[in-house]
Amino acid sequence: MAEAPGIPAESLAGCRARAARTVLDQVVLPGEELLLPEQEDGEGPGGAGERPLRLNAAARSRGRVVCGPGLRRCGDRLLVTKCGRLRHKEPGSGSGGGVYWVDSQQKRYVPVKGDHVIGIVTAKSGDIFKVDVGGSEPASLSYLAFEGATKRNRPNVQVGDLIYGQFVVANKDMEPEMVCIDSCGRANGMGVIGQDGLLFKVTLGLIRKLLAPDCEILQEVGKLYPLEIVFGMNGRIWVKAKTIQQTLILANILEACEHMTTDQRKQIFSRLAES
Amino acid sequence: MKFMQRGLDSETKKQLEEEEKKIISEEHWYLDLPELKEKESFIIEEQRFLLCEDLLYGRMSFRGFNPEVEKLMLQMNAKNKAEEVEEQTVELNVSDEEMARRYETLVWTIGKTFAKKRDRAIYEEDKNGDMKPIKAKKMFLKPQD
Repeated sequence: MAEAPGIPAESLAGCRARAARTVLDQVVLPGEELLLPEQEDGEGPGGAGERPLRLNAAARSRGRVVCGPGLRRCGDRLLVTKCGRLRHKEPGSGSGGGVYWVDSQQKRYVPVKGDHVIGIVTAKSGDIFKVDVGGSEPASLSYLAFEGATKRNRPNVQVGDLIYGQFVVANKDMEPEMVCIDSCGRANGMGVIGQDGLLFKVTLGLIRKLLAPDCEILQEVGKLYPLEIVFGMNGRIWVKAKTIQQTLILANILEACEHMTTDQRKQIFSRLAES
Repeated sequence: MKFMQRGLDSETKKQLEEEEKKIISEEHWYLDLPELKEKESFIIEEQRFLLCEDLLYGRMSFRGFNPEVEKLMLQMNAKNKAEEVEEQTVELNVSDEEMARRYETLVWTIGKTFAKKRDRAIYEEDKNGDMKPIKAKKMFLKPQD
């Protein structure tokens, strides 16, 4: 066997693996390996028995680190699978480690358990409805999964209706299943979305940006005129206002605000407020 | 099984039990592999954005377009901020008064079912639906001379 020329694999991996701490809020690319803080101690150049001082002693004890969307576990390290910015959230109530994830952008939705989504009923077969959620398969929704539904008291759902629900089963091996009640049996706003209004599609990153707790766009939009919005994590937004024109204006604003700077947005809002 | 017999001593019982266990375990199949240690991994993989970012509730209504949704918004977003405790105590006060009121009317309705036909006249409702003050029962009036 001829000796394979070239760099042995270990050193390649070694020079690519960076500490997760140093890469926070920077762009990472798929294939990069990240070291967690606990592993840096042995591998850092600071040897000779020196240990970097840490502000919180909790990080020393091996708490559970959660690797979120865009990251995978690769031995003891994190492997990046999507390109985007690396984010980190400190553990709030002391369940050690914190959460790391990649803030990426995409249009195609993959069903995830616990996500609230807007679906369109495409078929009614026996006891279940088939709901299109924008994934690879239509999700199934049982007619008993509505608040106050019994075998005799069926919910009033027709083909073509919009449904706001959450996933209970969503993995790559099975057909996704959704329900319109929570674990206590209450609807909590889920179920059939009312008449009229407009449904349109945006990127997934925009939805998360709009649903952030400190989102200015929504606060400004709310001051324009009375309206109702429903956000689905699958990239679908449903809006309704008193007139068709207002609804269309709202839809255009929400679609465009992804690519506008803060100043451009403020200009547009001030123009709207005048008219 | 032999070791289950009552008459035997505890020692002989134990011996027999062990022998029976041996026979049974020898018949079991097992893999002839070295023991693999499962590494305790302290990294958990999750695909949900719910854990990463605190997102608001997906249904919103502004300027009173849909009052039910606005109530829901307060409820669901307050859950994240743990303000619910305050709201609950306020609700309790109101429900005490309501309970007292309902208890009053309940006594009246249950009392009505057990009253005889003549006594039911006492429980008649006024035009407004309020209870009439309880009149004195009609007793025999002695004729005045």
